[in-house]
Amino acid sequence: MIVYLDNCRTTKLDERVFKEMKSYFTEIYGVPSGIYTLSEKANDAVEKAQMKIGIPINANPQDIIFTSGATESNNIAIKGIAFANKKRGNHIITTKIEHPSVINSCKYLENNGFKIDYLDVDKDGFIDIEELKNKISKKTILVSVQHVNDMIGTIQPIEKIGKILKNKNIYFHVDAASSFGKLPINVKKMNIDLLSISSHMIHGPKGIGALYVKQGTKIEPLMHGFESLSNLRPGDENVPGIIGFAKAAEIAYNEMEKNKKYVTKLRDRLIDSIEKEIPNSFLIGPRKNRSPYNITVSLKNVEGEAIALQLDMQGVAASTGSACVSKTLEANYVLLALGLKHEQAHGSIRFCLSKYNTIKDIDYAVKALKKAYNNILKISMFK
Amino acid sequence: MAMKYTEIVLENFRNPRNIGKIKNADAKATEGNIRCGDMMTIYLKIKDNIIKDAKFESYGCAASIATASILTTIIKGKTVEQAEKLTWRDIIKKLGGLPPLKFHCSNLAIETLHSAIKKWKEKNKIKF
Repeated sequence: MIVYLDNCRTTKLDERVFKEMKSYFTEIYGVPSGIYTLSEKANDAVEKAQMKIGIPINANPQDIIFTSGATESNNIAIKGIAFANKKRGNHIITTKIEHPSVINSCKYLENNGFKIDYLDVDKDGFIDIEELKNKISKKTILVSVQHVNDMIGTIQPIEKIGKILKNKNIYFHVDAASSFGKLPINVKKMNIDLLSISSHMIHGPKGIGALYVKQGTKIEPLMHGFESLSNLRPGDENVPGIIGFAKAAEIAYNEMEKNKKYVTKLRDRLIDSIEKEIPNSFLIGPRKNRSPYNITVSLKNVEGEAIALQLDMQGVAASTGSACVSKTLEANYVLLALGLKHEQAHGSIRFCLSKYNTIKDIDYAVKALKKAYNNILKISMFK
Repeated sequence: MAMKYTEIVLENFRNPRNIGKIKNADAKATEGNIRCGDMMTIYLKIKDNIIKDAKFESYGCAASIATASILTTIIKGKTVEQAEKLTWRDIIKKLGGLPPLKFHCSNLAIETLHSAIKKWKEKNKIKF
């Protein structure tokens, strides 16, 4: 039995997506830049894809720019805005729990004359709106806050932040890799200027993502080359990837409410069962305003890599924020930013759900986790 | 990150040998750091300069557990001097290799063993 519960890392491709993509490899293999019918067909398909992705988030379809994924989108958004607006200001505000592609882009900018404020978060991962307001200065050009944190599922108050930034001449970037297709997003209502989204988190193909850039945004490209559909991201389009991404987005938004309801039930069952079966554990992150797709718990007196490996031996794929899986041998920075002790972070196990998981999966995972915990606890000097 | 563990490591992780405490141990040491998520305790029973029994407890990853399992297996029946000569490289060899990121785990096991032997020597006033 294989129970895949690492859907924040990647997801299984939806068969309907695969079917949609096939002809773009072998039949409609043109790229949009040609002047013949084959390119025309590819161009039409890419434009339709922009619509399928843009319309559900209330974006103008031509403002959807395809990239290789959310990492690239975050890099373009942050560095592109910084470079294009440095004459106006050199100050950027983000948070301590952003994805590494945001944090490391900011660190790069820090070494190049920019000043970055990393907002603290509370024990559930929420930023303090007042702290954000206090950090804003005349030099602030960009605020970047993720919608949903992939480690702990915290849903940030994006609409509130958007309201604060409105009419302030500060660009608002949102990393929505963990929420696109799963939660409602309205770029106009939320006052979002730039939005990073990913395909393989919503059962689409890997290696494709997009950046929404509101028309009129002053932004510089990071790559320079042949300008096809957009000068912000030159080079020939990954047409099959784009088609697959758009199909995945279409399915995700059509089925969003149904999936949300279903997955919330699974999530709550998993949280409640772990609480009941392993009393020496606690839920990390909020219970309210939490993504329906995330469950992260901390198990007392054990180390997460050993638990994850024991789970894998029983066919359950999950992950951990323990230092033992990181190259720096430091516990996961998101968990430490919440104020958790190192040992609480080392004992963390993350389960991320998808529409393909079943109640049977959940019950099996709990059983496997209990067994793993008891096995490892037997070895531990802490009891 | 997927860890590439050898079959020997996985087998020792799945069925670790010599888990637990030794009552009235002749030597005992705990090393490591909770901050790094890696701590180990080794208990030794020593008679006539020979390690009669060895047990361990570990708060750590799979590599750490497997390392302690194999180390406690190797040293049983060895003289204290033979055990002292073991290095972390010997342990890695016995495990059929470890991912480089996990070399420090084998180091921790050796460090804990050395620390236990040092304490035993001090207690028995044996010269180094």
